[in-house]
Amino acid sequence: MSAKYIEIQHVEQTFKAPKGQFPALRDINFTVAKGEFVALIGHSGCGKSTLLNLIAGLTLPTAGTLLCANREIAGPGPDRGMVFQNHSLLPWLTCFENVYLAVERVFGSGSKSMGAPAENKAQLRARTDAALELVGLSHAAQKRPGEISGGMKQRVGIARALAMEPKVLLMDEPFGALDALTRARLQDELLAIVQKTHSTVVMVTHDVDEAVLLSDKIVMMTNGPAATIGEVLQVDLPRPRSRVELAESTRYLHYRKAVIDFLYTRQAHVEKAA
Amino acid sequence: MVSAVFHLAAQAAPIRVSPPLPLAGEGGGEGDAACAPHPNPLPKGAREHSSTSYDWRGLALRVIPPVLGLGLLVGLWALVSISTGNSIPSPTETFKQALVVFSDPFYRKGPNDQGVGWNVLMSLERVALGFGLAAVVGIPAGFLIGRFTFLNRMFNPLISLLRPVSPLAWLPIGLMVFKGANPAAIWTIFICSIWPMIINTAVGVQRVPSDYLNVARVLNLSEWKIVTKILFPAVLPYMLTGVRLAVGTAWLVIVAAEMLTGGVGIGFWVWDEWNNLNVKNIIIAIFVIGIVGLVLEYALIKLATAFTYEEVKS
Repeated sequence: MSAKYIEIQHVEQTFKAPKGQFPALRDINFTVAKGEFVALIGHSGCGKSTLLNLIAGLTLPTAGTLLCANREIAGPGPDRGMVFQNHSLLPWLTCFENVYLAVERVFGSGSKSMGAPAENKAQLRARTDAALELVGLSHAAQKRPGEISGGMKQRVGIARALAMEPKVLLMDEPFGALDALTRARLQDELLAIVQKTHSTVVMVTHDVDEAVLLSDKIVMMTNGPAATIGEVLQVDLPRPRSRVELAESTRYLHYRKAVIDFLYTRQAHVEKAA
Repeated sequence: MVSAVFHLAAQAAPIRVSPPLPLAGEGGGEGDAACAPHPNPLPKGAREHSSTSYDWRGLALRVIPPVLGLGLLVGLWALVSISTGNSIPSPTETFKQALVVFSDPFYRKGPNDQGVGWNVLMSLERVALGFGLAAVVGIPAGFLIGRFTFLNRMFNPLISLLRPVSPLAWLPIGLMVFKGANPAAIWTIFICSIWPMIINTAVGVQRVPSDYLNVARVLNLSEWKIVTKILFPAVLPYMLTGVRLAVGTAWLVIVAAEMLTGGVGIGFWVWDEWNNLNVKNIIIAIFVIGIVGLVLEYALIKLATAFTYEEVKS
């Protein structure tokens, strides 16, 4: 097990703005170990999503390097599955077809990196069915995204990302658009899935409880512009975790307090900065 | 510009209903249903009966306004007819004449005297040819212009310059180049219906939500998959709006073009009847043109809504 599965070294991101350069991120350094669940937390506009897009390879940094499994991230790839904030399912495909599209791409043509042979249609279908079953949506496989609830759509998004068997699962505020109860249920489901699949996860969130409940490590970011990492908090809570038991755990409350302190005491001036 | 937010019942209809959840049986619901089959049907049936008693009020509110609208039109027409001393024929006379015209729509008595059916069909054929050629050229052109900024900047001035030109201004060019009335009319239809298709397709391509393209990038889809699974379905509603606008314009223009070029066609028929001073037939022609246009529009709206999906809100 490599302690440094994802390595981010001196990463800096500057955007071209109408009035010159806009520095979004500066001097970002952190690592993610294999099987680790890392949460990126910070006020809105601090560049969490920018950082996640860099790991996904959707954008390239202005300076610094990002490594995934000792290889430089040069672009997006199916080894880094992404769950988007607004699910981003294709509305003209059924849930099954949405997942199948990803499965077909990764396993249908034979993987170059792993040397695996191309799988036939039955195998691809089985993978798709398994992914939908994992998120408890087998019954909605033939529905279109327009016909299911927001929580279900987000689960299909997760199924699509997981079905690719990515080395890393990247999640951009996956539950941000959901109501509190649905969010809690999906967080529990995600905990169970990660427990089962031992996935490496990097998740962007602005929810303190979500971060403490789910992660092994919380990366707290300072306010933008030119945001950087303010503090890294190791969350040493035993797994499997239960939200009900944790609610009374002093260690949980201690971690929660640490994040809240950072966000609302030391980095409180978000409105002025924006 | 584009109505891309409908969520239609018609779209939901063909989708297979999923088998019930294994979980659905939990919680005693099944037991209730099992022990109470007897008392259920009677009250349920009775309730259904009362709820299916026809909603006459709703029907009346839907039927009466359009009937009143048509009545207003006929009333005004009758007034104009009376005040002009019947030089504009009255609705009843026109209706009688219409019965005669439509009793034999497909007669042929020489090149200048053919039934209204032939006239309409000939016009539709020209529209179909000109419009079809425009679609073949315009839709791919729209895709290219939407996808590549360079081409967009290159063709934008051309389109802005040529689009406002009345299609009939192109008719002499058509007559000169093709040396015939029929191809010139088709050329005019082509030139007037190509712009909405190019512009709408290009706009559609530019407005494909960036989320979908990010999905494509993360999944590392091939160009072919991107076009067939993402670009084409995303652009389709825009494209169909372009098609609808194009057909509408084409049907407007064909009447004017045929008045100038002659031959067989609904526009020529109008002009011919004007020369015969047969005003009744002109009014009939106006109705025929209106109804055909309405049917075309309705069919294309139906087609467009069938391919419109709920979009991701960004």
